[in-house]
Amino acid sequence: MATVNGIGAAVTRREDQRFLTGRGTYTDDINRPGQAYAVFVRSPHAHARVAAIDTAAAEAAPGVIAVLTGRELAADGIGGLPCGWQVHSKDGTPMIEPAHPPLALDTVHHVGDQVAVVIAETREAARDAAELVEVDWDELPAVVDATAALAEDAATVHEAAPGNICFDWHLGDAVAVDAAFAQAAHVTRLELVNTRLVPNAIEPRAAIGEYDVATGEHTLYTSSQNPHVIRLLMGAFVLKIPEHKLRVVAPDVGGGFGSKIFHYAEEAVVTWAARRIGRPVKWTADRSESFLTDAHGRDHVTEAALALDADGRFLGLKVSTVANMGAYLSTFAPSIPTYLYATLLAGQYRTPAIYAEVKAVFTNTAPVDAYRGAGRPEACYVVERLVETAARELGIDRAEIRRRNFIPASEMPYATPVALEYDCGDFAANLDRALPQADYDGFAARAAESARRGRLRGIGFATYIEACGIAPSNVAGALGARAGLYESAEVRFHPTGSVSVFTGSHSHGQGHETTFAQIVADRFGLALDQIDIVHGDTARVPFGMGTYGSRSLAVGGSALVKAMDKVEAKAKKIAAHMLEAAESDIEVKAGQFTVVGTDKSLGIAEIAGSAYVPHRFPLDELEPGLDEQAFYDPKNFTYPNGCHVCEVEIDPDTGVVTLVAFTVADDFGRVINPLVVEGQVHGGLVQGIGQALLEHCHYDPTTGQLLTGAYTDYAMPRASDVPSFRVDWHEDVPCTHNPLGVKGCGEAGTIGAAAAVMNAVIDALASRGIRHLDMPATPHRVWQALRDAAVRPAA
Amino acid sequence: MYAFEYHRPTSLDEAVSLMVNAEDGALLAGGQTLIPTLKQRLAQPSDVIDLAAVPGLTGITQDGNELIVGAMTTHAEVAASDLVRATIPALAELAGQVGDAQVRNRGTLGGSIANNDPAADYPAALVALGAVIKTNRRTVAADDFFTGMFETVLDTEEVVVSVRFPKPQRAAYCKFPNPASRYAIVGVFVARNGPTVRVAVTGAGQSVFRLPELEARLAARFSPDALANVMVAADGLNDDLHASADYRAHLITVMAKRAVAAASGSPAD
Repeated sequence: MATVNGIGAAVTRREDQRFLTGRGTYTDDINRPGQAYAVFVRSPHAHARVAAIDTAAAEAAPGVIAVLTGRELAADGIGGLPCGWQVHSKDGTPMIEPAHPPLALDTVHHVGDQVAVVIAETREAARDAAELVEVDWDELPAVVDATAALAEDAATVHEAAPGNICFDWHLGDAVAVDAAFAQAAHVTRLELVNTRLVPNAIEPRAAIGEYDVATGEHTLYTSSQNPHVIRLLMGAFVLKIPEHKLRVVAPDVGGGFGSKIFHYAEEAVVTWAARRIGRPVKWTADRSESFLTDAHGRDHVTEAALALDADGRFLGLKVSTVANMGAYLSTFAPSIPTYLYATLLAGQYRTPAIYAEVKAVFTNTAPVDAYRGAGRPEACYVVERLVETAARELGIDRAEIRRRNFIPASEMPYATPVALEYDCGDFAANLDRALPQADYDGFAARAAESARRGRLRGIGFATYIEACGIAPSNVAGALGARAGLYESAEVRFHPTGSVSVFTGSHSHGQGHETTFAQIVADRFGLALDQIDIVHGDTARVPFGMGTYGSRSLAVGGSALVKAMDKVEAKAKKIAAHMLEAAESDIEVKAGQFTVVGTDKSLGIAEIAGSAYVPHRFPLDELEPGLDEQAFYDPKNFTYPNGCHVCEVEIDPDTGVVTLVAFTVADDFGRVINPLVVEGQVHGGLVQGIGQALLEHCHYDPTTGQLLTGAYTDYAMPRASDVPSFRVDWHEDVPCTHNPLGVKGCGEAGTIGAAAAVMNAVIDALASRGIRHLDMPATPHRVWQALRDAAVRPAA
Repeated sequence: MYAFEYHRPTSLDEAVSLMVNAEDGALLAGGQTLIPTLKQRLAQPSDVIDLAAVPGLTGITQDGNELIVGAMTTHAEVAASDLVRATIPALAELAGQVGDAQVRNRGTLGGSIANNDPAADYPAALVALGAVIKTNRRTVAADDFFTGMFETVLDTEEVVVSVRFPKPQRAAYCKFPNPASRYAIVGVFVARNGPTVRVAVTGAGQSVFRLPELEARLAARFSPDALANVMVAADGLNDDLHASADYRAHLITVMAKRAVAAASGSPAD
């Protein structure tokens, strides 16, 4: 039943009131009695042996409580940071997992790697003392570029990883691909760099550790996307604290984009130090620390080739990628360039043979892990850049070549040659919606008008598909996940009929408090102010796997539906008893329980009252209370998909690329709140556009220093950099295997946007003989490409 | 930041004497460079002397054919000033392009020129317009004021009081901003006064500089076409992550042409 607050309603976000009026509670807003402050001593070198650490001067400094190093950690039996996903190489050997102590013991492996922590009465005192910690560094050669790390004479990042290789993995059928290439009428080849990015959540990471000597209970407040996973990883592997003595709270979190999925050293150190010094210990990253130590994203170098027949039909795809893992394996790092990347190389197309190989490489840089889209933008970029290049080489219209190769809706479910089974999707329908909105037919006239003004105009497409709703636990386990990927929910009706909903998924900007409440309001006919959505605290929420991979609604929302099913089933039995009717005669509609064909009816609030004051209650049959919990393990991934069309204009005198239009036609399945979805798409698009035009994390190749460690050098997209987006979606193809029919929308914008922008840029430059340009298409790069093309002799 | 003594003098003399007596004093104007530098612990002055309460350092007045802008006048005030817009609109345009709204509301003319960041906007205006800088001790022509990267002729205890800008017949500033910082990768200020044309470039070199060849061509014919085949040499220009020296050299010509085009549209005498 559609209601003003139910599924499909454009409800403004309830949480925004506190966020927009400065009343959110972020980790740094929390202050515990007796709290001390931690500042980390970090490596100024990309690679160095720690010959000695002299802490005497720091310990003697005013206000200093303790100075701790890896030696104290080791003495207390503290373990290394674990990796949550194990990938095996082609030859069956497991990936190399170098030790990752929370405070480096004898060697540092990237600039910003922490070697000591100073704990003091104030943050400034800790900072002052941190400068007094004397570290005797023996500098070692460093390597930052993944392909350079593969060179024979490259510096060795970890002795445990010969040749700097973490794993050498593959997926697909190499023989079938070779056969496809042998019979191809045309082969399109590209070498692509997928730029390293810094996630840049507006709230930097922060953590407070606390220990209650009376109860033996530890508490960690942390800016995290998944508190239960942090509890599991830190408790079981690092600090060896059993779950019942460890509470993890992730309060309001100001953005994550993946970078706050992972378990970081600072979380373990403050929790450990709090017990050691007997006081709460707080750490908040400054922006420089965020740049240096948040897990980065992307950083692939890829050779890709697409084989086509004479009609432009795809025969085979061959992809070889070198993926930079950084200095250590972050929590989910190995899964990103493998099972979240190569599995998406079919895209929306019926390419019959696909083979991908991925070499994951250690370098002296910050660890690389999931960043919004996580592997899927990289896959989309490879496929969509190849498709447009092939279309241009073969003289086939770029919309037409896609139509010729789309997997038709009639062939769903469709098993790809790279291990996924798409349950549904109508890709041609997305294109049909996008083209008129983008006025594709009018493009030639617009390009001619631009040319009269001396400008180069281009239009580019990206059709994307992503595997979201991560993930069926048994499938993920078979692929190397060291955790389950279900979600939990608890729906607790209170005696007077209001509801607390506990979800294991986590909101750090996604709007759960609104959308999850809408689902409950819809089901039980409640007002939103009767419903609280509780998340982010292991002491309140039964269990959870957190939020990433656009999974909150598809997995967490499904768990919520299951819990509501249980509540409704019990309420129905209670209603039958109270109404003196057979359970089979009770009809349920939006929280109203009615005896069929009568006016005898009870609302859910009355039933809840009876459940807690069980005077008219079937006590011989049911327990009192109305509080149900459910776990949901997805049957398959969900497959959001869509079509992006980007139009750009380039000033050849300066190389400036201006986005003049951006059109999106998406399929997210059923939409709970169109306002939230549109906001998610806008944010996603801007992050994809940021990668395409502005952002570039750059390390000095010799010294390993981060050269783009501040906003003066790392260009983030601003509102003025993007046009007003045309965002459209349809709900005609709901997900077939979850109860809400939802697919997820959190990453979609980012996944398609970078490819669409770059395809448009290259379209604009094609008339000047430019076939390829790597991201970001900065003015300097575009101008340089135009200049190089102008002096290049015609082929 | 490190600890320092904070002072808020109420006269120029007091400010100067505090600087003289400080072991390593720093003058605080709008603080848009100094405060971030302190926060990052990249500077450790013994004393910070805040000029905010010193009278006579703010305001915009006209003196005949010249504008006098007080050193503590913010970029936002210059950008919004009707007097500046009427007299030297290019100067108001430039001030409106400095940094972002927050920077413009705090940052000052005096702070900017005393700091002489190689990518700051104001030095180009001062040099192209032939401005004269008044300090507590002397007056200095803009041509002599900016001496190198973050270097000026100012002595440690010298305080900028105001800047006197002669009104040009035509002028315009064209800036190519760094996409990250919005500082100038290249900014070109062109000003014409009778037979004299001055072209000043910021962002491209160690410090603001003039381009005599462009000035001569534009003096002969004040039109973008006069710069049609001009190639600025890349030698000695800044070369960094954001722009190569070649690109900067190219942008100088492009920005100069655009500035001339914009200036040609500005009202003549």
